[in-house]
Amino acid sequence: MLEALEGSQAIARAVALCRPGVVAAYPITPQTHIVENISKLVADGKLNTELVSVESEFSAASVVLGASAAGSRSYTASSSQGILLMTEVLFNISGMRLPVVMTCANRAIGAPINIWNDHSDSMAVRDSGWIQLHCADNQEAVDTTIQAFRIAEATELPVMVCMDGFVLTHTLETLEIPDQDLVDRYLPPFVFNRMLDPQNPLSLGTLVGPEYFSETRHLAHEALNQSASTIVDVDREWQNLTGRSAGGLLSVEGPDDAKIGVLAMGSVVSTFREAMDCLAAEPAKLMALRAFRPLPEEAIRSACAGLDHLVVVDRALSPGFGGIVGGEIKAALSGMKDAPQIYNVAIGLGGRDVPLEMWPRLLDVPKQGGGFRILDLEPAKLGEMS
Amino acid sequence: MIEVRIHGRGGQGNVVAAYLLAAAAFETGRHCQAFPSFGAERRGAPVTAFVRIADQTIRRRCQVANPAFLIIQDSGLLHIPATMEGLLPQGGVLVNSPRTSTELTQEYGRPMTALPASALAQDILGRPLPNVALLSAFAALTGLMPADALIKALAHRFKGDILERNTKLIVAAGQLVDAGAWKEVAHA
Repeated sequence: MLEALEGSQAIARAVALCRPGVVAAYPITPQTHIVENISKLVADGKLNTELVSVESEFSAASVVLGASAAGSRSYTASSSQGILLMTEVLFNISGMRLPVVMTCANRAIGAPINIWNDHSDSMAVRDSGWIQLHCADNQEAVDTTIQAFRIAEATELPVMVCMDGFVLTHTLETLEIPDQDLVDRYLPPFVFNRMLDPQNPLSLGTLVGPEYFSETRHLAHEALNQSASTIVDVDREWQNLTGRSAGGLLSVEGPDDAKIGVLAMGSVVSTFREAMDCLAAEPAKLMALRAFRPLPEEAIRSACAGLDHLVVVDRALSPGFGGIVGGEIKAALSGMKDAPQIYNVAIGLGGRDVPLEMWPRLLDVPKQGGGFRILDLEPAKLGEMS
Repeated sequence: MIEVRIHGRGGQGNVVAAYLLAAAAFETGRHCQAFPSFGAERRGAPVTAFVRIADQTIRRRCQVANPAFLIIQDSGLLHIPATMEGLLPQGGVLVNSPRTSTELTQEYGRPMTALPASALAQDILGRPLPNVALLSAFAALTGLMPADALIKALAHRFKGDILERNTKLIVAAGQLVDAGAWKEVAHA
């Protein structure tokens, strides 16, 4: 049924449809409304789950780690500094191959303190071994949240659903919340074969020395790579049930014969989808990268075939290097025959508005050439700040 | 697509107003989008919220730079240049003010519609919350939705005595403006 809901409220409803056994979270802007709405559903008797109010994000992540190991479907959500405080546990969750699902309401990281949206937080835990999926709108965020439990439980890997803070979490919009029956059919109860069981005692995350550690890392890498096919299958099955795809690994729009492409992640994709249709600009392909981990190299390469220029949009940066997605796409296309020339810019840092007019500006980047830069920088302000 | 910007101060229910207007549009079968532009989240600080209403899916997620309508909950904000910025030339401005529309129009050199929303709310709700009265006037001026749609949207958030009083407020506020005066801009 179509409803008009705030993004956070919609995510809470989606999580409830997945019947989690344990939810643990600590409030942080802009994630707070998600857990607030979940606790409201619990208080109203609409969701039967063990909701654990903890004293920090470190504890929130630790609770879902333990709950998942004990065989419960487990969920948490955080943002920004909260994700950083969870970091050690996030590595443990993936290292123990626990299928936790988390929403990252993407927000910048201080100092200076900034509560608004960019991708600095999920990028900071890029190498934590979690699957990371990005959403362009709240419908994709709802659908991806439900799919995330399927993916996590099929692969025994944790999934981070990345949705832009405020831009998605605090936006009320029209979307479809699926029926409970449909979600129950799509997502069967969680049965964890490695569940902690006093009858069959087991230790998780124990000391592994040099004689086996490389092999554990190899297996983690393999598992992430192999999860790509699960991500595709689970989205296809969802599309068969609902008529909606949440974007697979990577979705491409625009004319086949376009010579220029733009690759982006998150809610700017939604704005660019409209800009492509309503602004007079040269024909271009828009690539929405949904899976940042695992990075779908093959899908990216085939989407880039025939392009002369590719502009990669980052919503965060690695100081001293440049754009993070940009660097990865360059690596993914290295050695590719007739690879496009790659340009990399960051936009929309710390909540700077990304208007429709950003689309033609991006398509102009190849004409200006040059290396990585923050495209919407206002240089006059630098003078004021020195 | 119709784009609206709401200006107010923290504590006046700006974000709720944006959500209610969007939800009311949804009740009439349209697509909607509403979101705040939070600054420092404290009482009294200027707050801006945005609403989009359309017949199709709304994909743009940028802030509303060129609204067709402004709803201003605190007339003191009219002195900040950013408040009127980008308003379409034929756009409508609805201001919570005890003064008359003619007075405001003369002072600001462009058509303005005044509504004593705080006083009305104080009278009917017992609290000077201007948002619901302004939304009702906006719905009447634009003809975008019947008062019923607004009441339905409110019923998702409130019930009992509060809903009854707000319903009374909606009816009273709608009668104080020139119904349909902004119809052309709203359907342009």
